[in-house]
Amino acid sequence: MAMANSAEFTVEDLPSGQVLRLSGTFAIGSIGDVDRSLREISASVSEIDISGITHMDTVGAWLVHRTAKEHNAKITGSAHDASRLIDAVSGVDQAEAIPKPPISSLYHFLAEVGGGVVVGITTFLQFLGFVGQVVKAFFTLLMNPRRFRWHAVVQHFDMVGVRALGIVGLMSFLIGIVIAQQGAVQLRQFGAEVFTINLIGRLTFRELGILMTAIMVAGRSGSAFAAQIGTMKITEEIDAMRTIGVVPVEALVVPRVIAAVVMMPLLGIFASLMSIIGGGLLCWIVLDIPPATFVQRLREVTPMTDFWIGMIKAPVFGAIIAMAGCFQGMQVKGNAEQVGLKTTAAVVQAIFLVIVLDAFFAVFFSEIGWD
Amino acid sequence: MNPPNIISVTGLCNSFGDQVIHQDLDIEVRRGEILGVVGGSGTGKSVLMRSIIGLQQPDSGEIRVFDEGMIGKEEDEATDVRRRWGVLFQGGALFSTLTVAENVQVPLREFYPDFSKELLDEIARYKIFLSGLPPEAAHKYPSELSGGMRKRAGVARALAMDPELLFLDEPTAGLDPIGAAKFDSLTRDLKETLGLTVFLITHDLDTLYSICDRVAVLADRKVIAIGAIEELLAIDHPWVNEYFSGPRGRAARRGHSDQGESAHAKTQRLERS
Repeated sequence: MAMANSAEFTVEDLPSGQVLRLSGTFAIGSIGDVDRSLREISASVSEIDISGITHMDTVGAWLVHRTAKEHNAKITGSAHDASRLIDAVSGVDQAEAIPKPPISSLYHFLAEVGGGVVVGITTFLQFLGFVGQVVKAFFTLLMNPRRFRWHAVVQHFDMVGVRALGIVGLMSFLIGIVIAQQGAVQLRQFGAEVFTINLIGRLTFRELGILMTAIMVAGRSGSAFAAQIGTMKITEEIDAMRTIGVVPVEALVVPRVIAAVVMMPLLGIFASLMSIIGGGLLCWIVLDIPPATFVQRLREVTPMTDFWIGMIKAPVFGAIIAMAGCFQGMQVKGNAEQVGLKTTAAVVQAIFLVIVLDAFFAVFFSEIGWD
Repeated sequence: MNPPNIISVTGLCNSFGDQVIHQDLDIEVRRGEILGVVGGSGTGKSVLMRSIIGLQQPDSGEIRVFDEGMIGKEEDEATDVRRRWGVLFQGGALFSTLTVAENVQVPLREFYPDFSKELLDEIARYKIFLSGLPPEAAHKYPSELSGGMRKRAGVARALAMDPELLFLDEPTAGLDPIGAAKFDSLTRDLKETLGLTVFLITHDLDTLYSICDRVAVLADRKVIAIGAIEELLAIDHPWVNEYFSGPRGRAARRGHSDQGESAHAKTQRLERS
């Protein structure tokens, strides 16, 4: 690099055979196109004269060695340093190159599909097993309450619940405004603006308050659970726990699941209230419905069952989110990329399961007459 | 054009909050030597290395590598200097999503995007050979390698750019004695064949005795002594005395003086076995 002159070569036709004369700097920074041109020499070279080389490193030495080997030529004019480097790199010939096994694209495709199916099935079975482990650990802890980690649970209350209040509140407030605004615009066409209140009250308590909270908790806490536990897997902390006699599911998973199960309904109530406030505010400003009327009307049109539906769904969603997060975290093995992949999987899986379950709940509650 | 000192650090001060790590630290690394850096835990050996290679911004002081000032250089600056050194981190710091061969090719692809695929593969292959790994290791991922192999793979990557200067952070830590001796002889062989200068952080007394040309002792926030081991033994400092004259220090010294020059032969024998 210090010497900017480039690597050059000439082929001379002598009576003794073709002689390749190399000159200049044969180092990593100057080797550029010489590599390609050297490969393209068609004449059979019997001698490589490297006395013109002013500076050489191992890449240069490799090029000289490779060319010499290809043409079965002898190397002449090498200084002591140069022959030492060439000797060093030539040792690699003793070790046979192991090429990467070639894979045909059809094989690759089939392997991908098959692998995906196997992973899908085993993951599902493992998840079932994991849920069983969590339930078992929960009951073990009920029997031995002294092993219960109150400290961890309270800490996760804080992380999952208290610290989420700001973002969940703001989001719900804005969603309340959006529902009210869209409802008002549509219902005004029939002169039925007053039903906006029905829309806000019922939609919020029954569906959106809890569902949006669940999505937010999955994004905030489900991902955090997966990343925390996944990182602990990589640094062998989980193995260390096992050897000490601490059951990882009891120490790590149960507190997180409990925190999510307890915090989801509370966040859900908070989110629903913020949503109602947002909707009420819009009704007041846009539809001239005063807050007192809004609240009174809300109480008339929103049955108590709507609230209970929300409160029944919330802890179930919390458990699903926490278990998906912890499960994916436990699945991490190997490297840092896995933590990212499993964290993504945790969030996607949690939100997917929450929405599927929400659909089941919607049908179920309608069937039992809570509509 | 070629100053005798490859690295020269003068008046280096480093601190984390209230905790002062280095105060007025001076150190010089000469061309072509293996300099061992020793010191108790927490004396800032790694911080010194990180300061020199620009991963840690010192509070004050001057650091010159290849006669170029390194303080205040951003990551994208001084690349001409950066491509002239190779670093082996304690854990190897291999990119876990790439195979060993791909790891070696990362710096090459970065600096020489016009290299052909064949040349890259060939370079990776002989670098892996030079670092003493079996050829089948080339297509393995770091998680499939043992600790010692990971270190060798780290060396292969550090050597990718044909550096003149090699930083090794505790290369023999966590290796069994045979692996450590092999690694020592690898370091010396590389130094001799490739003409490297090596900055070597270590706790391993055998490494110090068998391959280091000079040893620098870090204590009391600075380099309290630097020189050949025989010179250090004469120094009256509690940590130096305890370090070199403790049971392990005595054992390493005895082992070294018993074999004398044959230490090299011994490690070479191990290398072959």
